[in-house]
Amino acid sequence: MRLYFKYMSILFKSQMQYRTSFLLLCAGQFFVPFAVFAGMYFLFERFGGLPGWTFHEAALCFGVIQMAFALAECFVRGFDAFSRLIVHGGFDRLLVRPRGTVIQVLGSNFEFTRFGRMLQSAVVLGIAVSGLPVQWTPAKIITLILMIFGGMTVFSGIYILAATFCFWTVQALEVANIFTDGGREMAQYPLDIYAKWVTRFFTFIIPFGAVSYLPLLYILDRTDGPDLLYMAMPLASLLFLLPCLAVWRIGVRRYRSTGS
Amino acid sequence: MNAPLSLLKMRFLTGLQYRAAAAAGILTQFFFGLIFIMVYVAFYAHSGEAQPMTLKEVVAYVWLQQMFFALIVLWQFDGELFELITGGNIAYELCRPWRLYPIWYAKLLAARLASASLRCLPVALVVFILPEPYRMPLPASPAALLLFILTLLSGLLLVAAISMLVYISVFWTMSPVGSVLMIAVAGEFFAGMIVPVPLMPGWMQTLAGLLPFRWTVDFPFRVYTGHIGVQEALAGIGIQLIWLAALAAAGEWLMGRALKRVVVQGG
Repeated sequence: MRLYFKYMSILFKSQMQYRTSFLLLCAGQFFVPFAVFAGMYFLFERFGGLPGWTFHEAALCFGVIQMAFALAECFVRGFDAFSRLIVHGGFDRLLVRPRGTVIQVLGSNFEFTRFGRMLQSAVVLGIAVSGLPVQWTPAKIITLILMIFGGMTVFSGIYILAATFCFWTVQALEVANIFTDGGREMAQYPLDIYAKWVTRFFTFIIPFGAVSYLPLLYILDRTDGPDLLYMAMPLASLLFLLPCLAVWRIGVRRYRSTGS
Repeated sequence: MNAPLSLLKMRFLTGLQYRAAAAAGILTQFFFGLIFIMVYVAFYAHSGEAQPMTLKEVVAYVWLQQMFFALIVLWQFDGELFELITGGNIAYELCRPWRLYPIWYAKLLAARLASASLRCLPVALVVFILPEPYRMPLPASPAALLLFILTLLSGLLLVAAISMLVYISVFWTMSPVGSVLMIAVAGEFFAGMIVPVPLMPGWMQTLAGLLPFRWTVDFPFRVYTGHIGVQEALAGIGIQLIWLAALAAAGEWLMGRALKRVVVQGG
């Protein structure tokens, strides 16, 4: 863990060398989801709401997922950009070092410009929280935090899985974008507005539903059943992450260098 | 054949090589289309009142957006051209015996055409036979179809002219990311890529009407569904061409100024 922070501080310093570019990118990262959020707001204004959801409830969902996505893009960027390590043969260097591969790949890249995105998500979360008539008990605050970290775990799992495929394909698989960008676009609205097959797939296979929709029901007091179950739902993201890490291990064992 | 045209052809053929990327892109666009439609279905289900656009028109809008994504999206930028400017290799370009603006313009056009022609047809084949409510409706009339193709193409010329301005701005800023991101975000919003323009609040629609962006996306798509009638569409093509002439002239002029003061440092 110390190593991870060491990597982080070095990369942070190196990215800060181009300060103007860094700030501009941060600003850009702020405005990209901002435009999407504005679109969502205008749709709510035009149509008055979604079946069973008000604007602030949906905004909470949006904020949680965007925050989770921004955190994953910032701190798990190494896996997202992993194909470069394979193509250029940089992965060979990691293998000869006496540390685990996961921590080294994680440390190989950080995208600190995602701070802009995090700030935007924080603003949305602020709007949602202040607009909702919810009694914020400690249990609910913990649930909210769990949701964000659960979401980050799910995105990380997808990145790791996509990176693992690079061991076989060398090139990055763009199909993974369906699950990262697509998953984000989808999960920023409450999941029950979608067709059944979408909801099922994104609850039981890739557990976005478990980190956003189900715990959201608890926060909004709409559960029927034991609250603890809904609260603990974001932990299901770990069930998704573990197989991804297992597949990663298999991939590392099968790795053949490209030689470049 | 003259230089810009043959370059257009060469670039187009290069672009066609990236089939695997296109296949992935098709799947992604298909998924996004379905998701967006589901969101709109839910919104329309909630509000019983009549809206400025019917659900059917929105569905057509969403699919057209996904089909012609590569053609109209502002977001797509050619890293090679940025490299030329920031890396100093622009010096070689300047040695060549041609005017730079048409050449670069042709490059941009070719990349868009190639990527769109790979992606458009497979999506089109599927969306017309999807079950309701996802099925893509047919064009409002043969005239609407013809006008749609015309407006889409002049929209493409327009979007390439807009992105040329972004490239030219890099001569001054030297860092592509900032200007690109800002223009792309604002441009896409006012083009109607995030929410169709008729569904925006009134003041926003007025603002969108004053900017060139909506003529590249919102206008051709609504011509397809007949939301914009034949008369209005014909007048719209005139406005598209005026914008095109204005932006291309501005681009050409700015580029001339930028090239006069360009300083290449070693290389």
